[in-house]
Amino acid sequence: MNRDEIFSGVQEIFRDIFDEDDLIIEYSTNSDSIEDWDSLNHINLVSAIEKEFKIKFALGELLTLKDVGAMIDLMLVKLK
Amino acid sequence: MDYPLDVEYILRKKKSLKKQLLASNDRLQKKIAILGGSTTSEIKNILELFLLNSSIEPVFYESDYNKYFEDALFDNEQLDKFQPDIIYIHSSIVNILNFPKPNDGEDVVNKLLNDEVERYTSIWDALQKYDCAIIQNNFDYPIDRSLGNLDNYDIHGKTFFIMQLNLEFSKNARKITNLYINDINYLSSYIGLEKWVDRSLWYQAKYALSMAAIPELSFNISKIINSILGRAKKCLVLDLDNTCWGGVIGDDGLVGISIGNETAVAEAFETFQKYAKELKDRGVMLAVCSKNDFQNAAEGFQHPETILKFEDFTSFKANWDPKYQNIIDIAQEINIGIDSLVFIDDNPAERDIVSSQIPDVSVPDVGRDVIFFIDHIDKNGYFDPIILSTDDMKRNQYYEDNKKRSSVKSKYATYGDYLKSLEMVAEINSFNSLYLDRITQLTNKTNQFNLTTKRYTYSEIEKISSSNDYIKLYGKLTDKYGDNGLISITIGCLKNGQCFIELWLMSCRVLKRNMEYAMLDELVIQCQQRNITEIIGYYLETEKNKMVAKLYEDFGFIFMEKNDSSSVWKLDIKNYKAKNKFIRTTG
Repeated sequence: MNRDEIFSGVQEIFRDIFDEDDLIIEYSTNSDSIEDWDSLNHINLVSAIEKEFKIKFALGELLTLKDVGAMIDLMLVKLK
Repeated sequence: MDYPLDVEYILRKKKSLKKQLLASNDRLQKKIAILGGSTTSEIKNILELFLLNSSIEPVFYESDYNKYFEDALFDNEQLDKFQPDIIYIHSSIVNILNFPKPNDGEDVVNKLLNDEVERYTSIWDALQKYDCAIIQNNFDYPIDRSLGNLDNYDIHGKTFFIMQLNLEFSKNARKITNLYINDINYLSSYIGLEKWVDRSLWYQAKYALSMAAIPELSFNISKIINSILGRAKKCLVLDLDNTCWGGVIGDDGLVGISIGNETAVAEAFETFQKYAKELKDRGVMLAVCSKNDFQNAAEGFQHPETILKFEDFTSFKANWDPKYQNIIDIAQEINIGIDSLVFIDDNPAERDIVSSQIPDVSVPDVGRDVIFFIDHIDKNGYFDPIILSTDDMKRNQYYEDNKKRSSVKSKYATYGDYLKSLEMVAEINSFNSLYLDRITQLTNKTNQFNLTTKRYTYSEIEKISSSNDYIKLYGKLTDKYGDNGLISITIGCLKNGQCFIELWLMSCRVLKRNMEYAMLDELVIQCQQRNITEIIGYYLETEKNKMVAKLYEDFGFIFMEKNDSSSVWKLDIKNYKAKNKFIRTTG
């Protein structure tokens, strides 16, 4: 799976979780850019990503997922 | 939002699901306090969806993280102000303070157990001041067992400790009438402990269960709430061919259908029939709705191996009319709301037509394989009772007696002659402790003949029962065909020489029997004994109680005023003449 495929999959998940059909994310998108992105929704995002892409983030890795770019970088490694 | 749950979809789409659910129909508002022993935010969100899906709009109070004990036990102004209708205590294995240690003696282990139980009994005691339903988790098993299989039977085992705790919870729930157990011990074993727990989520956010388990938990809580609110279904409507037995009786004949234990297929149908019979034995009514010749259909239940018999069905419709028409007839015949029916049919086309024509009927998508039919009935909790009352178990008898009554109705010249022939005797009296359970139950599930649809908790009924500010009548009715049980309730609040009727209800199984007149007569007598000269009645219209819109008018009350969906009525009882002519009353 390449970066673009992952990116569009992640974008779909963001749209569902925040219920905004036309939400556009960028690599720099973080919890400051989306109002609803609180710690609860962060968990929802991560579990939805884990389910959708059939991967698992380790406890230590979760702390590094500060923005969309970091998420996708880590996913790329896991999906190789 | 029904079994089988699409857990991922619910979690991911919860916001848009909520929007959709909020867009539809009128809802009942309920105040629900969640007292958590671990994080509850997502439980609250998902529970909200399930409740909205059952037309209940929850308003939540959520305790601070792991403050369930403090919130319950100590003065809590916020919770006092909130006045919960329902309190849900989400505790679990993570909240157990002390498990036995390997070198603890038996007395120490027993003390640990008692201490743990006492923590909860003190919570339930303290919460009684709110007069509301309490839903309490029992405990899930530990996922790690350092004692291995011995954990299950050594007194130091965690598993053994939890089994004992759960047993104590069950005993308490039998004693405390407003305490309901949310059986997470079953739920976690049903979905698998491995899926139930997510260690990572525990360390990150202190959830005692996994994200995937939250919809299952919330669904289960919503089933309990629905049952508490008297929304359990009442009648299971069954198709016949390939639902109650394998094969088509019209083509294959009695010897050709599969039922019994001769073949694997026959055994699967036998299991399904046994499940339906179990439901029937505890008060769920059964009905048949099948496209068949009546003779053929009835013959199927003469099969030597059949579990269900023709007499087990309160209503039996086998003909070639559209099924939705038959189902409407079934509901009318046994006098229950159409939303009290669940329809099981192996044929997807028939299911579609029924659910599109009468959307209020529950038509689970059971598939075509009988093996899975039970799950769809069981796991959707349609018929979940909150208490097994003797009245429930007798209910089928009442309806059978009713069938006898209506079959003789045509023999009489006038309806009055028929009523006379029933030799009815009513017992109408003030509440007594024997009947408080049944009275509470009736106030929560009677929808049609109910003037105000006011719901009461057990403790409210208990209070009214012992208060002098109320006239509180129950009515039981017997006739020559049998006992109808306790079927009518009237509660009047006395103030300034007037009696305000805050509840008047009657079970539809005694409709048109003059029972309402007998109740009114007794109400008037009791009012007169206390020098009350006026009775004020209210009609609060709901979707289901239109049948009593004119009741007070019929009683001779004078219309006073009307707001949107409610009206007020007044009766001067100085010159009241008794209205009941057909029922002999005893006090």
